[in-house]
Amino acid sequence: MAQAFTKLTAIAAPIMRTNVDTDVIISINRMIGNSVRGHLGKWAFGSLRYLPDGSDNPEFILNREPYRAAEILVTGPNFGCGSSREAAVWSLQEMGIRAIIGSGFGDIFFANCFQNGILPVVLDKAVIDSLASEIEASQGAGRLSVDLVEQTVTSPSGTRHVFEIDPRRRAGLLEGLDEISLTLRRDQEIRAFQASDRDARPWIHFAG
Amino acid sequence: MDTHGRTLLAKIWDQHVIAAVSDDTDLLHVDRHLLHDLGGSRGLIDLKSRNIPVHNPELTFATPDHAISTASARAGTIKTGWELLAALRTETSASGIRLFDLDQPGQGIVHVIGPELGLSLPGCLIVCGDSHTCTHGGLGALAFGIGSSELTHVLATQTIIQRRPKTMRVTFDGKLPFGVTAKDLILALIGHVGAAGGTGYAVEYAGSAIRDMPIEGRLTICNLSVELGAKMGLIAPDQTTFDYIRGRPYAPQGEMWERAVAAWRTLRSDSDAMFDREVTIDVATIIPQITWGTSPEHVLGVDGRIPDPADIADPARRGAIEIALDYMGLKPGAPIAGTKVDWVFIGSCTNSRLSDLRAAAEVARGRKVAPGVRAWVVPGSETVKRDAVAEGLDKIFTEAGFEWREPGCSMCLAANGETVPPGQRSVSTSNRNFIGRQGPRARTHLASPAMAVAAAISGAIADVRTMER
Repeated sequence: MAQAFTKLTAIAAPIMRTNVDTDVIISINRMIGNSVRGHLGKWAFGSLRYLPDGSDNPEFILNREPYRAAEILVTGPNFGCGSSREAAVWSLQEMGIRAIIGSGFGDIFFANCFQNGILPVVLDKAVIDSLASEIEASQGAGRLSVDLVEQTVTSPSGTRHVFEIDPRRRAGLLEGLDEISLTLRRDQEIRAFQASDRDARPWIHFAG
Repeated sequence: MDTHGRTLLAKIWDQHVIAAVSDDTDLLHVDRHLLHDLGGSRGLIDLKSRNIPVHNPELTFATPDHAISTASARAGTIKTGWELLAALRTETSASGIRLFDLDQPGQGIVHVIGPELGLSLPGCLIVCGDSHTCTHGGLGALAFGIGSSELTHVLATQTIIQRRPKTMRVTFDGKLPFGVTAKDLILALIGHVGAAGGTGYAVEYAGSAIRDMPIEGRLTICNLSVELGAKMGLIAPDQTTFDYIRGRPYAPQGEMWERAVAAWRTLRSDSDAMFDREVTIDVATIIPQITWGTSPEHVLGVDGRIPDPADIADPARRGAIEIALDYMGLKPGAPIAGTKVDWVFIGSCTNSRLSDLRAAAEVARGRKVAPGVRAWVVPGSETVKRDAVAEGLDKIFTEAGFEWREPGCSMCLAANGETVPPGQRSVSTSNRNFIGRQGPRARTHLASPAMAVAAAISGAIADVRTMER
């Protein structure tokens, strides 16, 4: 069951490079195995966050104060493109990220966020750039507010930006719904579909 | 009332709607669910912990591909790889799911075996916890990658909740020039529309170059859909598709075959169907492609020059190019051809099918891998491997100095520990040149199988057209 999300005011870190893919968010060698959850936060953005000798890369924003405590990311175009690995979202969640605000996201990553109580917000690139500038100008001191009830992002200086979100996704996040239980309530419909589809497309349905 | 014709996507989509869950989002039936070793057992274990049975184990199929070694006898498989395989065996067996295990026909990269076994059919809705599931669209299936949570949902319900995507049609018209392959067409498209050009869309590939293309090329085209941001890519099924599927182990037979083909013939976009976006590419303008950077959109013709950030006005784009060039260790403005390479990888769900290996062997035959270059050929499946051996392709490769290996994903994503060493440069027939994709600090250039062999023989990025016979 996903954690609910309603409203958050927090430190936000801009990661503005284009096409940050899910391999960059979590390297395959850190996410492989069935018992990795709970151990991924340390490895989020590993190739950017650590130098080859394993020490912190001081250049990387999430290694700097106050951004170490960021709960919001402001991201460049096409953040989360690439692989379907949900561990990318898990690693961000485990390092404390609750919302990601960008001009566009990889489709599968975007869906995976909702499954884990992380709110991805899409706003125009010009708005994203202005949010990043404000945050950088305040050296991270300015907090961002994300309000899912009102569907707004408020910049450190108080500018409100309204965002669109799929109403079903919104309701799911606000209430922390469990999608499997909800779908299983429709099991009669699923089985009725299968029965009629078995007549229409018998080559799809093998003997159970 | 919509008076336009319907797209291929709409026709397949509507056949799978169990119920609408909101204006543009539907609960869809999943016809085929493919599991692999990285995430398959986790979903089954999650479900077991909730006391929920697998809804339709007979529509679910599994194989190990990501985490096992591709060395002979699977030697050197990492401990986690064996653990994931053991868990996949235990959990699929407990749930009554067919597992295509090591050394059996049917084992292989999940996107190679689906088509090969006749599991992937036109009009089928196929999901898998892997972004390259779009590959199966080459047969006219609606196929897409899902995350772990969605995977568990599919196991529990045999359904997936999806928002209907926008539609894009990409028309590849013309005849493929000498030395140009399906891989070059799709890389050129990604260069044209960008790595986010297809985000939110399902892409239908059409045009004379697609109609003339054999199925394995169509699978390669659809495979890279996700690299232009599109979760789904598909091609209308035609006689080429039906001829490919007929007689495969899970394909319909006899009277059922005739019924299926009749239904599949209706799966095409109507002539008056409207798409949200249209792109047309003249295939005659494309030459063999090679990537230079850390996104598949960083791509050039092999006669091109590495971009110079100094020429780029937009600071964000300039910065992105600088980061990529720094990672790749490349000199701005220099010709890409002649760049020295250390590794060559021929394999992956993009380019590891029999026709890929034949094209590679055709260039390798009678030649030698350059000194200092390590070159691997990793067939996509046990069946591809056996067919290639029966044709003697393995001998051509080994005599030329390539290593001939066991089927799996291998160095495409290095999940099994098979990595390009730090700082080394690889030409790879795979699908991603991301930072660290083939191993920490590995530098990847994507290309076709023939171009990869040209690089292996030359010891540097080279134009295969000067070597093809």
